[in-house]
Amino acid sequence: MRYPFPVGRSDFIQGDEAIARAAILAGCRFYAGYPITPASEIFEAMALYMPLVDGVSIQMEDELASMAAIIGASWAGAKAMTATSGPGFSLMMENLGYAIMTETPLVLVDVQRGGPSTGQPTLAAQGDIMQAIWGTHGDHSLIVLSPSTVQEAFDFTIRAFNLAEKYRTPVVLLTDAEIAHMRERVYVPQPGEIEIIDRKLPASEEEAKFPFGDIHGDGVPPMPIFGKGYRTYVTGLTHDERGRPRTVDAEVHEKLVRRIIEKLERNGKDIISYETFELDDAEIAIISTGIVSRSAVRAVKILRERGVRAGMLKLNTIWPFDFEMIEELAERVRKIYVPEMNLGQLYHLVKEGANGKAEVELIAKIGGEVHTPMEIAERVVG
Amino acid sequence: MYLKSAYEIRDKYLRKDMLPTIFCPGCGIGSALQYTLRAIDDLKLNPDEIVWVSGIGCSSRVPGFVNFDGLHTTHGRALAFATGIKLANPDLKIIAFMGDGDAAAIGGNHFIHAIRRNLDVTVILINNFTYGMTGGQVAPTALKGLRGTTAPYGQFENPFDIADLAVSAGANYVARWSVFNYLQGINSIKKALQKEGFTLVEFLSPCPISFGRRNRMKTAPELLRWYQKITVPLAKAKKMPPEELEGKIVIGEFADRDRPGLVREYEAYKKRAKKMMGWEE
Ligand SMILES: Cc1ncc(C[n+]2csc(CCOP(=O)(O)OP(=O)(O)O)c2C)c(N)n1
Ligand code: SF4
Repeated sequence: MRYPFPVGRSDFIQGDEAIARAAILAGCRFYAGYPITPASEIFEAMALYMPLVDGVSIQMEDELASMAAIIGASWAGAKAMTATSGPGFSLMMENLGYAIMTETPLVLVDVQRGGPSTGQPTLAAQGDIMQAIWGTHGDHSLIVLSPSTVQEAFDFTIRAFNLAEKYRTPVVLLTDAEIAHMRERVYVPQPGEIEIIDRKLPASEEEAKFPFGDIHGDGVPPMPIFGKGYRTYVTGLTHDERGRPRTVDAEVHEKLVRRIIEKLERNGKDIISYETFELDDAEIAIISTGIVSRSAVRAVKILRERGVRAGMLKLNTIWPFDFEMIEELAERVRKIYVPEMNLGQLYHLVKEGANGKAEVELIAKIGGEVHTPMEIAERVVG
Repeated sequence: MYLKSAYEIRDKYLRKDMLPTIFCPGCGIGSALQYTLRAIDDLKLNPDEIVWVSGIGCSSRVPGFVNFDGLHTTHGRALAFATGIKLANPDLKIIAFMGDGDAAAIGGNHFIHAIRRNLDVTVILINNFTYGMTGGQVAPTALKGLRGTTAPYGQFENPFDIADLAVSAGANYVARWSVFNYLQGINSIKKALQKEGFTLVEFLSPCPISFGRRNRMKTAPELLRWYQKITVPLAKAKKMPPEELEGKIVIGEFADRDRPGLVREYEAYKKRAKKMMGWEE
């Protein structure tokens, strides 16, 4: 297969461009979107590439429609993606909930900018962490990934598609304006170099009868896509294993919603990813995610030079959240700092994880600039 | 046309484990559904290649009762979902079943844009002038003076003429009937299903429970008599002065044209892209 960009070598590209290329390599063949800064370049790259690889790129009338279209495409068998920023992400919440309830694999990229409302269109923020995890209504779970470099934007996009397909769930890739527009060297692999996971399809008519059951005991039912003669009915209403609406039956509701949440919970080991730096002997831990992690690494180096035993933990997966791991860390260190580009969202999760075992302090910064390493280091030494 | 018995149609196309339906006695949705199934049957379409989509509302429950692939989505957005299904797998034929509130209020934007794109879909639209499922609030189709729970003194806003809107937005086929006009209804659906691009068959449909009761028409026959009174066939309407058409609803076929559908347009676009990039001659 021919690709509209060079593969098997490095290229100097923007974060948004990296996401588009990765999506295509991951097998994405349907993109629907609505323009918004700083996510538009993802759409523009998809618009350029998709027709060439026999995929679809379509500009919908709004974000509600974009989300709807990719869900439809997913049920028709395509790997599908959309991308947006805060204001559009808010509009997508309705159908994100639908995707969770109907266990539809898809990737939703949210390139964060300053909010609330239309806020700061061209400047970075991390203000959508809570929205990504809890924005849609009802009890639910999904996967949220957070890259900190352009290379990670690329790699995590591929991972996002794989996790979406493996667990039949929407995956949110949470980046920000800084990564979106920054140019960095990215290795774009040959298709053969990357692992690609495809959704489980029903192996028989019998399996296809339970598109929302737990026929393999792993919580992830095979997905009978449309047009194969299985006659599947998909509804956002509470439904039984066969997909029939059962809206007033507490037991059916409980079973369905718990399975959707637990299928991700019990696969936490596979889904959750993080990196540590100088953490083994640390008495001060800095926990961060996304773009801020780059300043945090530097801050640790500065602190070590000054004789402070600091280390850091960079969260690549923000949800599911490893509360236990944070508690274990809190038992080992004296204090945890959470630098983030908002007034405290990751902080709440970390604090809950730390469970009182260590003091947790927020280093908040809003307005569009990433923390400098010095800003973090100075807060730590006081 | 030879009319099969309704039982035969039911046994062939409905999901037995889903019956009975949620529809109230006298509701017109069942009739519109029956016409659609008869059209499919008459055309000998393969049910495996048809996907039903819908939003939220009584009308939108239909895909649950028919034994086809079906996507029962969020309120108003069925056509946006359909856009994804159709473009991802153009071999599928899509039938969207929707209510007037679903299509013209919350889904108004998706509706006009699906038509503008000429999305290949057949829309069966149940117009009962009300929000049936939520208990009789006014819909954007409600004629002035009609009552609903949110306009207890009679609607004061101007109604949408959905068929008119669809014609202006560019639909390939647009027809409106009351569920009373069953032969015309079935024929229109058959025509709609055979055309590419956006096709719409709107049905004025009795909702005695949520709507009729509040407008002094407690039963389906009363509503049907009212439809007979307020509907005017297109040919006749053309000769009537505008004053006389006030408060009336024109029925008939309003558009029948063959503009290329979205799927064909996108296929051509892909070819153009490859040519412009020098990938293909
Ligand atoms: C976002 C959202 N808003 C409101 C509702 C509540 N709701 C359910 S059905 C409906 C209206 C249905 O009316 P219509 O589309 O005319 O269909 P009918 O029931 O009359 O067939 C509304 C407002 C909803 N389900 N979702
Ligand atoms: S409320 Fe009205 S539209 Fe809904 S099922 Fe009853 S009669 Fe039909």
